[in-house]
Amino acid sequence: MTHNLILRVVSKTLIPAIIIFALYVQFHGDFGPGGGFQAGVILSAALILYALVFGLDAAEQVIPPTLLRSLASLGVLIYAGVGVVTLFLGGNYLDYSVLGSTQIAGQHIGILLVELGVGITVFAVMLLIFFAFADRGRP
Amino acid sequence: MMQEHLSLLLVVIPLAAAPIVAILPRGRLPWAMTLIVTSICAILAGMQLWGVVHEGAISYELGGWAPPWGIEYRIDAVNAFIALIIAGIAAITLPYALLSVENEIPEDKIPLFYSAFLLCFAGLLGITQTGDIFNVFVFLEISSLSTYALISLGRKRQALTSSYQYLIMGTLGATFFLIGVGLLYSQTGTLNMADLAKLLPDVIDLKTVHTGFAFILIGIALKLALFPLHLWLPNAYTYAPTVITVFLAATATKVAVYVLLRILFSVFPNGFMSTTPTGDLFIILGITGIIIASVYAIYQDNVKRLLAYSSVAQIGYIALGIGFASASGLTASMIHLFNHALMKGALFMAVGAIIYRLGACRMTDIHGLGRQMPWTFAAIVIGGLSLIGVPGTAGFISKWYLILAALEQQSWVAVAVILIGSLLAVVYIGKVIETLYFKPITEKNASVKEAPLLLLAPTWGLVFANIYFGLNTELTVGIAERAVEVLGVTGK
Amino acid sequence: MMDFVIGHYNYWIAIFLMMVGFYTVISRGNLVKKIIGLNIFQVSVFLLYISLSTVQGGAAPIITEGTELYSNPLPHVLILTAIVVGVATTALGLALVVRIKEAYGTIEEDEIHEQDHSL
Repeated sequence: MTHNLILRVVSKTLIPAIIIFALYVQFHGDFGPGGGFQAGVILSAALILYALVFGLDAAEQVIPPTLLRSLASLGVLIYAGVGVVTLFLGGNYLDYSVLGSTQIAGQHIGILLVELGVGITVFAVMLLIFFAFADRGRP
Repeated sequence: MMQEHLSLLLVVIPLAAAPIVAILPRGRLPWAMTLIVTSICAILAGMQLWGVVHEGAISYELGGWAPPWGIEYRIDAVNAFIALIIAGIAAITLPYALLSVENEIPEDKIPLFYSAFLLCFAGLLGITQTGDIFNVFVFLEISSLSTYALISLGRKRQALTSSYQYLIMGTLGATFFLIGVGLLYSQTGTLNMADLAKLLPDVIDLKTVHTGFAFILIGIALKLALFPLHLWLPNAYTYAPTVITVFLAATATKVAVYVLLRILFSVFPNGFMSTTPTGDLFIILGITGIIIASVYAIYQDNVKRLLAYSSVAQIGYIALGIGFASASGLTASMIHLFNHALMKGALFMAVGAIIYRLGACRMTDIHGLGRQMPWTFAAIVIGGLSLIGVPGTAGFISKWYLILAALEQQSWVAVAVILIGSLLAVVYIGKVIETLYFKPITEKNASVKEAPLLLLAPTWGLVFANIYFGLNTELTVGIAERAVEVLGVTGK
Repeated sequence: MMDFVIGHYNYWIAIFLMMVGFYTVISRGNLVKKIIGLNIFQVSVFLLYISLSTVQGGAAPIITEGTELYSNPLPHVLILTAIVVGVATTALGLALVVRIKEAYGTIEEDEIHEQDHSL
């Protein structure tokens, strides 16, 4: 078990850092390179690292696949929901300007919300793909 | 409020319903929700067509950004017609799907099946509604990816290899389309189709633009299953679940024809097509496709595969009409679009009813079944007559207009090929009818009962539509001529 | 002549990768190699788009004080979408390959053709 010790210690140090980096990329997407898709992939990479080092069962206990499916649908519904809200507030679909008091505030809120939806869905789907492939080998 | 957002709701409602259906519990709930969504979309598509015919083209700006900076949904007579076909076929397939899906798909996958179906439906509708050429690529990929997943759910293991083959060829086609769009963007700086139409005449002599045109054409021809790029179609239609074959045969290739018409006549200036060999290429490929695919169909053992090759031949007819590049040729192609959706939809539904009762549809399995399943057999007969082009059915109308277009071009070869194609259709449809009715019934088939009502009713709905649109051509011919006017093609 | 070769090096690289990817898809019989070829083909298209978006002397397309000339951000956004499409296609293709391996026992095209005449 000693050769796993280095992996376990290093990954325990790195996984929180990866998660924080993913959140940074998510919320700075409107000002620098980043956004929902990149953040979702980085966040799922953190959990895949956990699954690789500590085993698939431990990872499935952290996030059960049924919760992942609901998260994937939730993200898409957040995105579509933002558009529907703008419809009801009087603008065209996905017209973020009506979401806030000024046009710039509205655009800011709108982009943050849709990127959040994208990030949640991408994170859930990447993990689902990993779990689907990894579950295939087990009896 | 709904009236102004109509064109958008057609895409958003199925797209938002798909993730909801994916997490619904098992049982009939996913089917019920999909039925409601497709029926609403069919009604909305009808309202949209009515609005476009009476009030003129609709333009919807997504996100409040004016085109050409924002994405625009632009609906005129051409899109509205195609959107109605897609939504109508989906709405009539759903009642059929209740029993057929429960018979063929494992129970725990049914919610995901309907979710993928809604995504494919939203993707196809999105291609027809949008006025931005990159948006066409995105929706094309959405519908294609869901199609690959849906085809792989077939019962036999060949469904997996068929889906893989379609994935490779389809992705190559979409990437070619993307290259073409990139080359056009590099020369004009815009992605909006109406804006491209304004800016292209200035740069039309550059080789980059010609190369972009060629790449886009190849990409669309792959999705269209134009001979010789049709190799994915027979396998995909044969091994997919029945509902998917019905839906795909009636909609997927029609949307590819729509994109082709947009590129050839709306985006590129009107005289451009005649300066390239595109017209002659389509005529030659159409003629070869009709003859070769019909001959292949005659030698098929599996009835679904026979009808798949017949679909390739029908696409050859549509390509022939487009190749003439005249008003009558395009009218004939658009009428055939509509009628072929009705014909193939009815035929594949009837064959699906046979599969529901029998589990198989090879020629050796269906001896004498016509006497046990009279209504299904009658549906196949009428659908087959429409495919051949017998007067009184919808198929006759499209063949008639196609022959008129060929006579106008004084292309005697094309007239001969259209007639030979009908004769070949007589042979392969006759083969199916002979096996179903005139062969002595086998023991296994003697105890087969008629298909259940829920499968027969949509089939006969489409059969009656075939006969109705064969006798009353006001709707189809009127809208097709209107659409050709909008595309700006005058008689040649 | 030299300007034609060296000045347009981005196009040469994109064309080279396109040909490599396309050839791999057509000529290799292993199903996973076909997917790899498809990926190379798609990457070449991305490089073509992004290399077209640079403006000589332009800064990165993020608004900062004092910069007047920016590179074109639109192709970057288009390519983000295309990358996601490529990832989804690869995932779907590989899932199909896993299922094909379980159903046929092999992922070589000619061996599958012997069993079933379906590929």
